[in-house]
Amino acid sequence: MAVPVQAQGAPPSPSGSGTIAPEKVREGIDLDINGERFRHTGDPKMPLLWYLRDVLQLTGTKYAGEHGSGNGADLVLVNGKLTPAIGVTLEELLGKEGKSEKIAKVVTVEGLADATGKLHPLQQAFIDEDAIGCGYCTPGWLMASKDLLDRKHNPSEDDIDQLPNLCRCGCQTRVRRAIKRAASVIGGNK
Amino acid sequence: MMSDKYPLADDGQSRRRFLKVLAGTAGALIVGIPLIGATAEAADAPFPLSMLGDTLYGLGAYVRIDADGKVLIGARDPDTGTGVATALPRIIAEELDADWAQVTVTGLGLGVENSNEQPRWTYGRQIGGTGDSIPAAWNDLRQAGALARWLLLQAAARQWGLPAERLHTDNGQVVSPDGRRLGFGGLAQAAAKIAPPSQAVPTKAPNLYRLIGQPVGDVDAYAMVTGQAQFAIDQNRGDALVALLVRCPWPDGTLDGFDANEAKAIKGVVDVIALKPEPNQPLGATVYAPAVAVVAENTWLALQARAKLKVNWKPGASQGESSAVLEQQATDLINDKDQAPAARVRDDGDVVAANKKAARRLEAVYVQPWLAHATAEPMNCMARIDNDHATLIVPTQAPQRAWAVVQRLTGLKPEQIDIQVPRVGGGYGRRLDHDYVAEAVMLAKAVKKPVRLLWTRDDDLTHDYYRSASVTKISAALDHKRSILSWNQRVASASALVGRGVQDQRLWTSEVDANQLPAGLVPNYRCDWYGLNSSMPRGPARGMPQLSNAFAVESFVDEMAHMLKENPLDTRLRLLGEPRQIPLQGGGTLDTGRLINVLKLVADRIDWSRWLRTFNGLGIASWYVNGAYVAHAVEASLQGQKLNIERVVCAVDVGRVINPMGLEGQITGATNDALSTALNLAITYKEGQIQQRNLKDYALASMAQLPDNIETIIVPGEDRPPTGASFLAMPTAAPALANAVFRVSAVRVRKLPLMRELLRML
Repeated sequence: MAVPVQAQGAPPSPSGSGTIAPEKVREGIDLDINGERFRHTGDPKMPLLWYLRDVLQLTGTKYAGEHGSGNGADLVLVNGKLTPAIGVTLEELLGKEGKSEKIAKVVTVEGLADATGKLHPLQQAFIDEDAIGCGYCTPGWLMASKDLLDRKHNPSEDDIDQLPNLCRCGCQTRVRRAIKRAASVIGGNK
Repeated sequence: MMSDKYPLADDGQSRRRFLKVLAGTAGALIVGIPLIGATAEAADAPFPLSMLGDTLYGLGAYVRIDADGKVLIGARDPDTGTGVATALPRIIAEELDADWAQVTVTGLGLGVENSNEQPRWTYGRQIGGTGDSIPAAWNDLRQAGALARWLLLQAAARQWGLPAERLHTDNGQVVSPDGRRLGFGGLAQAAAKIAPPSQAVPTKAPNLYRLIGQPVGDVDAYAMVTGQAQFAIDQNRGDALVALLVRCPWPDGTLDGFDANEAKAIKGVVDVIALKPEPNQPLGATVYAPAVAVVAENTWLALQARAKLKVNWKPGASQGESSAVLEQQATDLINDKDQAPAARVRDDGDVVAANKKAARRLEAVYVQPWLAHATAEPMNCMARIDNDHATLIVPTQAPQRAWAVVQRLTGLKPEQIDIQVPRVGGGYGRRLDHDYVAEAVMLAKAVKKPVRLLWTRDDDLTHDYYRSASVTKISAALDHKRSILSWNQRVASASALVGRGVQDQRLWTSEVDANQLPAGLVPNYRCDWYGLNSSMPRGPARGMPQLSNAFAVESFVDEMAHMLKENPLDTRLRLLGEPRQIPLQGGGTLDTGRLINVLKLVADRIDWSRWLRTFNGLGIASWYVNGAYVAHAVEASLQGQKLNIERVVCAVDVGRVINPMGLEGQITGATNDALSTALNLAITYKEGQIQQRNLKDYALASMAQLPDNIETIIVPGEDRPPTGASFLAMPTAAPALANAVFRVSAVRVRKLPLMRELLRML
């Protein structure tokens, strides 16, 4: 179960009449997902994908297939690294120290836009180029493209060739155009 | 694992929410005011208007207008990535003369009413990904928009006391002769109470179109790029349980006992249930194969439980089958001159007599593999079955067929079955079948709770209704002037229609087209089909039957050009001759002028004059598909064993274009799909079992394998009605590529997938 981490000294709920016993602190795995803090108290071996989809209901990250053989629709950024969400368990997100002091930062497609809702240049470029087939694998393409542009502001055709995503609709032509468009928008802003 | 860590809300509140959201969406969006009843009683319409605010007025089944001028238009056909959710509402908006900026599109679920206990489809046809959504919409949806516009005009006429004939509309407003304007929003309430005319109202003159023919992006693009778009697989409502199945690896096998103790020991696992296909049901209407289902509180639990199931299967006769043996049988069959075909599809002139006059002969055999659908979104379905109501969220191409499966399994009345269809993650024909709906309904009935069924990627690839492999032999006789005297084509494949209630003499219709080129162009033409027996379940597939036949024919024409030492473009143009109309069997004509046009367009664009001298290989192909014309030109290079697709040009002539941006997406998309399929893809089976279990085994092309760009040319066609385009660009991409590969490598690839064969022969 996901519980938003309560701020210290939060006021007691006004709804109850009697005294409210403070909730016991639950042991769990702390995560930062799209800038929000969550604590997972369930099975530590649950893959991140099912935590996002079933528990948090962040369904932008799709089921792609098994780890290493899907279509990339489950790609997310974990501490800035492009990661298939089915290939990492929540306990692996605890960090090497085994403590939750270093909280893993996860960014999904829902977290690409900024806090005001302004779209990331890639999202806008995907809209402008209509780089959407059925749309199922679109979040995965966006995350992989984001990772690419974070590493290379002006990617070459060969760089774009390295994207791991697969798409039967054949949206690759337009995705390529969208990445270039976004790269030039980002470059122009600098 | 502790199930209480995942309280998927067993409380009443979430159950109510499940009902409300499902029923709400259904009630508000699906039940439009019937056209005939849109009179004074419209105000008492039997649906909860409050669901969408209290100021919405229905103007027919597809259009609602809010008081502030916002227009809601329903998209009736499932959009599997074909763009119909955008194109169909554009057609309605055009006739309505709506301001597109004020338009919101909503996908319609199934429209069904009870008509003497029989279903009446309130939206007419509802089917997607079969290439005819746009032609059908052109015939009836224009009228939906025109009628709504007519009602608004009448309302304005009454308000102003002017005859309606003197008013016109402009971008969401009605305009009077002296320039006064009334927004649609202000007129909607009055318009909804006006009785519609008894006859069809006139549609717009095409020269007034503002939306049709103008490019527009996917209406759901924003939802897609922000992750807000909810596919069926994403609809995690209330207390639905997750179901995963282990299916028998042999489609004709049987269950031989199972041990579910370990699976059931996992807390949160609700039940383990055996399923089997109902007898005497056609393929695709019942569950795929004997199966054992685990039903659990969430996906992760269900996955773990499924892994703990111990299931024994008894193989069926298919255990003795393999794709390699079938290919050999097919080859033997088409090479046996004494073998009578299962169907003589076409027999023009006298092939035998013409053969005797041959100055030259050419013969070649093309072998194409089994294919899977490999949709991005695997099969899934959410089902809630109550005593008097069923609600399903189905990623389907054909909601009416899904309804029939649900109705049979539940016995509910037509109006008690609510089929919702969100955007669908790819179809390609797979979702014309509803085995997964049958599974979900049976399980929801068994556990008496809502169930969401998930197929994992390996379920999806190993339990498909596959496209059969085919072996095609073409023999041609030419005279001394290089003209084709006779063309004899023999195709062997396992029909996709076996097990689907189709008469034996019609089984060929899924495998070959009686009008496929060069039929009608050569005086003596014969096409024979040989049926293969296979236990592998088969079904509709994208581009069928054009895909496999165009590869064989358009490769063969190239081989003929090579034999004649001729430029293959010249050979094609010579074969097509003077522009003319060729009558098609079953009606209609093929315009060779339009085919010549698309051929020349791609040749010009790729600079075909380089054909002889360029170090790269140039290849070309053209085809006719259901009223539309397509050609591809491909430029390929070879560096050692690395094949590069340097350039791809595709020209299409689809008649009138509704949305050029959508069409361009369909062309680039289908071209990439066809290249990916031709380069890499093959399904094989051994001992009756599918060998490809994931997208590494069934390797859709990587970004690197595909061309950097695909140049598209769209022939203007305002004087013709629109045709469908969702698989138009499939048939010619592969032969154009193979022909280019031949030029650059001297390797004639007659067997797909291409890369495997090319590397073998290099």
